[in-house]
Amino acid sequence: MSNHDTHEHGDPIAEIKKVTIILSVLTIVELILGFWMIGVTSEGGRLAIKGTIVILMLAKAFYIVAYFMHLKHELKNLIMTIVVPLALFIWFITAFLSDGNSFRNLRNTYDPHFKAQSTIKVEAKEGHHGEEGTKEAAPAKAAETEKK
Amino acid sequence: MSNVTTASTKEAKWWNGGKSPFDVEYGKVMMWYFLMSDAFTFGAFLIAYGTVRFSTNGWPNPNEVFKSYPFAGEGTNAPLVFVSIMTFILIISSVTMVLAVHAGKMMDKKGVVRNMIFTIIGGIAFLSCQAWEWNHLHHEGAWWGMNPFINADGTASSTNFTNFFFTITGFHGFHVFSGVVINIIMLIMTLTNQFEKRGHYLMIEKAGLYWHFVDLVWVFVFTCFYLL
Repeated sequence: MSNHDTHEHGDPIAEIKKVTIILSVLTIVELILGFWMIGVTSEGGRLAIKGTIVILMLAKAFYIVAYFMHLKHELKNLIMTIVVPLALFIWFITAFLSDGNSFRNLRNTYDPHFKAQSTIKVEAKEGHHGEEGTKEAAPAKAAETEKK
Repeated sequence: MSNVTTASTKEAKWWNGGKSPFDVEYGKVMMWYFLMSDAFTFGAFLIAYGTVRFSTNGWPNPNEVFKSYPFAGEGTNAPLVFVSIMTFILIISSVTMVLAVHAGKMMDKKGVVRNMIFTIIGGIAFLSCQAWEWNHLHHEGAWWGMNPFINADGTASSTNFTNFFFTITGFHGFHVFSGVVINIIMLIMTLTNQFEKRGHYLMIEKAGLYWHFVDLVWVFVFTCFYLL
């Protein structure tokens, strides 16, 4: 326990290789899921894939911080002083995302204009390149004039 | 493993004075705290993005927006291809950075120089990719306050998408740029034997922490903007 840090744990080069492979595999799996999701239309299916991608993202973050940034081999004191404050993110994410979600639901219920705005279909522009693309948010404006 | 009593007495000794309770040098502890504060800044940006996205009914489809790559024709439809190259560039440059840190621990100047050069090349390659992507999107009419892309469900979009995209990838790109500058300074200091004279390569470790953090943030930015 106390003979920490200064001692190398196993072969560091082997550890670097292992973590590189893990990170690459996780990234490839993420990309496969991303490609797969293009064809998935059901809301639940998309949500499940997105959840998996988020878990893989957190796994990647763990491997980068723990091994590349060497935090796993530091003293527990140092680990705690970094990781414990970051736990605030759990609350931030929960609170803010549910607040955003609630705001959308409230607006959809009580703001008919907001609801109507988000049901008007607009034309997708043909070929984004060229002069017409430089005009600012043309579809949004078209929808607004339609309302009036 | 030792029993609980000895473990706790040994742990308590870290705070009895005479040595650093974290057992790392001051600069490294401060780098960790800086990175923690930076994590909160990026977290605030990404959570704001998530909140706005959750409070809106429609959102542009990233596979429609990011579907091109350099030297591709007009009608290219290759979602995720270019960004996966960018992601791998950053992962590999992170690996070369770890190798540089490891070489520094071994007092292997040649190894440090070689791996720092690889890391710098990786950083510049990533920045070039991002410059191309920004330029491409700008040509399509996307910028702060301008959004040519309609929502995935075919409804009119707001400028929130582009505002968040350019702000967050821009802030990350600025971090990559600073990281490249720091790495170049570290390379020059290595080449001028400054670390050899000091007898340790701890500066490389601190620069390494920063560089890995940049890679770490990209993991989140990449997932939030391109995959979800």
